[in-house]
Amino acid sequence: MQALTNRGKEVSRKPMSFMERLYIPSILKGMAITFSHMFKKQPTIHYPEQKREFSPVFRGLHVLNRDEEGRERCTACGLCAVACPAEAITMEGAERLAGEENKYREEKYAAKYEINMLRCIFCGLCEEACPKDAIYLSETFAPANFTRKGFIYGKEDLLIPDPITAPEEFAKARGAHRNN
Amino acid sequence: MTLLAFDWILMVEKLILIAIIVFASLGIALYTTFAERKVAAILQDRPGPNRAGPFGLLQPFADGLKLIMKEEIIPNSASKALFILGPGLAMTAALMTCSVIPWSSHVELFDRKIDLQIADINIGILYIFGVVSLGVYGIMIGGWASNNKFSLMAALRGASQAISYELAMGLSLIAVLMISGSLSLKTIVEEQMDAGSLWNIAYQPLGFVIFFICALAECNRTPFDLPEAENELNFGYHQEYSSMKLGFYLFSEYINMIMSSAVMACLFFGGYDIPFLNEAKLAPNIAAILGLLALLTKIVIFIFVFMWIRWTIPRFRYDQLMNVGWKKLIPLALFNMLLTGALILWKQG
Repeated sequence: MQALTNRGKEVSRKPMSFMERLYIPSILKGMAITFSHMFKKQPTIHYPEQKREFSPVFRGLHVLNRDEEGRERCTACGLCAVACPAEAITMEGAERLAGEENKYREEKYAAKYEINMLRCIFCGLCEEACPKDAIYLSETFAPANFTRKGFIYGKEDLLIPDPITAPEEFAKARGAHRNN
Repeated sequence: MTLLAFDWILMVEKLILIAIIVFASLGIALYTTFAERKVAAILQDRPGPNRAGPFGLLQPFADGLKLIMKEEIIPNSASKALFILGPGLAMTAALMTCSVIPWSSHVELFDRKIDLQIADINIGILYIFGVVSLGVYGIMIGGWASNNKFSLMAALRGASQAISYELAMGLSLIAVLMISGSLSLKTIVEEQMDAGSLWNIAYQPLGFVIFFICALAECNRTPFDLPEAENELNFGYHQEYSSMKLGFYLFSEYINMIMSSAVMACLFFGGYDIPFLNEAKLAPNIAAILGLLALLTKIVIFIFVFMWIRWTIPRFRYDQLMNVGWKKLIPLALFNMLLTGALILWKQG
């Protein structure tokens, strides 16, 4: 019969020799191999204490950004919601009232901003769509919750801490690789 | 009335000794489960359990608590009394073996000479074999009472494995007994301790290899751990068991492992003998403590080897298991027995 390729290998049907049939030499060889593994370096990362280094383009949970004066950047334009392929983002806009200039950067802001983390596919298209640099994906990940409702993140979960009143938390939420 | 004269102090002494040995072997078995996981991990380049307590040292207690808290299920169609008796019998048989093992020489306390052995009966090794064979009832009853065809078949498998390997084990043992001329474990150990005499492993290397392989099979350890074959053989005789009853079965296996390590240390590696040291020159109490430590070290090394083998090689198929037992080990053990007998005769005359 013609073989399809010439890569096939003949299977050896040779009966085992006496030494092979004893098995014990091979077992001892195997035991030497496992013993040598006792002295090998373990590749384990002890997770909560140690964390893996992320690449600079890692896409984790979303953060709603503030500007240098601590004002929310989002203007509720809805471009992120349009760009989202998983339809995970909903928002409601509201007009900025007089005296709220220190809270919101532009005249319009997002009164409600929700991302359903169960729908989100962490593609980062919202980040690319945003004209105001108001949303980006951070380095935090692995959300856990007891209910499905808990995975719908509102503004209180997404908004970055104020850089003026809480600079440390702000820097932590911003992540190490972020420079804007 | 003289017949009723009873050495009450001896009674108390033995009871204390029994309590110490039983609790110590339970404690060691507890930590053997931990050591198993740790050794497995280290051999596979993992850290192993390290969350419960420092270095994970509280892990066995967490495991035990988990087993106790689980729902205790007795199948409707199971024979209830036998179903409960099974694990109890397995555990009792496992613990009973420790009574004839000489843990060390003797200590002198309160002007009394206390042997660190519960009972130095003159048929010690036969007693161990008898009790180990009783352990098969634990397997059989457990599998039968479950009223599940897979459990029953697994029990038959387990029992036939235990019985066929006991044969080769006994035959390899006979060669040792021909050398020592005694069935008492204490005498066997003390003969190896005598100045100028070597450990039995020097006279019986083949016998030891056979005994060791059979001990692996008796303890249901890899490569003979068919009862653990969960995915290919539907688990073993303890398939229907849950909670602490399952825990008892698993635990009794670890105790069996410790006891067979102790028996091997006594028969082939001089028991509580410390190599290159004449214990007779030391104070008896110090000699006893050092001897106990020596025996424990030997047991720990054996347990490590058991685990090392487990995490190295895959298990045998059932027909291979029977082949090795009946066609290889038994003829080899018979040959070893004849050879030993011939050599002894040749030396004598």
